Amino acid sequence: MKLLRILVTLITALIAVSPAQTLAGEGGRTAKPVVEIANPGKCVAPAEEMRRNHMEMLKHQRDRTMRQGIRGEPASLNACIECHASKKTGSVLGSNENFCQSCHSYVAVKLDCWDCHQPKAGFKAAGVKP
Amino acid sequence: MTAPQTPDRNPRRAFIAAAGAGVAGLGFTAIAPGLHLMAVGEANAATEARKAGTAASPAVRWGLLIDAGKCAPGCSKCIDACHNENGVSEKLPDPRQNSQWIRKIELVDRRNGRKTELPMMCQHCANPPCVDVCPTGASMKRADGIVLVDRHTCIGCRYCMMACPYKARSFVHAPLTQQNPEVPRGQGCVESCTLCVHRVDKGQQPACVESCPEGAMIFGDLNDTNSAIAKRIASVPTTQVRSDLRLNQGVRYQGI
Repeated sequence: MKLLRILVTLITALIAVSPAQTLAGEGGRTAKPVVEIANPGKCVAPAEEMRRNHMEMLKHQRDRTMRQGIRGEPASLNACIECHASKKTGSVLGSNENFCQSCHSYVAVKLDCWDCHQPKAGFKAAGVKP
Repeated sequence: MTAPQTPDRNPRRAFIAAAGAGVAGLGFTAIAPGLHLMAVGEANAATEARKAGTAASPAVRWGLLIDAGKCAPGCSKCIDACHNENGVSEKLPDPRQNSQWIRKIELVDRRNGRKTELPMMCQHCANPPCVDVCPTGASMKRADGIVLVDRHTCIGCRYCMMACPYKARSFVHAPLTQQNPEVPRGQGCVESCTLCVHRVDKGQQPACVESCPEGAMIFGDLNDTNSAIAKRIASVPTTQVRSDLRLNQGVRYQGI
């Protein structure tokens, strides 16, 4: 009986110090994403919803805009950049402090949008003779 | 000869015109419906900006009329304006790989040496072969007749480039960084003239039309019998290039 009690105490102690308690970012050993937001509180949806669903919102908006020609939707990549582009570099990419890249490099999810879309706010393209 | 544009008897048209009038009242366009802004010559009537949240209407068919007789030899203002507007700026080691949304063509009548120049771009066909052949559905025609590539689904197979009788499409060979925020474009996708869809949706003219110093191009709604373009097509002989293919292009030429 005494042996059992010792065993239970030992297991409880083990659970208490198990890694579940030290999730990434809480223990101080793992770097947290540094998200720099220029205009907080002005987003089209609360931060929790944006974190989970921004990709779905953008995907549906892109299809409506591209296929049906609906303009002026609240979820729009250009509107994202207007608020979230870094004040230093004017871009959402470039370093792990910049908005998109900070989280995406943290969770190791490839960021395809900017292969085609312009990541800099207020960028003016200048074409040249071919 | 080609099939005539179907006259529009859609009641939605009246509603859209009324909605457009509301937008005009808000200051998006400086003119009232029915009143045409005389920008260049008698031609370029400003179009109405579509309200935010409304889809492109199938009652509208955007088109271009290009007067080859007015197109000045050696002038490339439309090409420069197009590539400036759409951020086409790459210069690759092999110039054949550069994107070309619009180009000038010279026609020579060998019997008498008469030369005609004209700009050639996506002809925005009503029955586009590029849409027929696309294996992913990326090549598409919008309800208002503008033929586009949805780069989100384009896999860069280039079937559409082979299907197009006008050589209107280009493939992007290298990574890009200088895109116009309103005109996303990137490596691995096919692209072509969008009829400046981002400008048209705001009620503006395509960049080439606006830039032409001769006023050789008219942009407008082919279905609207009161538009400058429809009136001109109804009154002077115009041609669709390779009309024998019966693609019913939205881009028409005068004087060729």
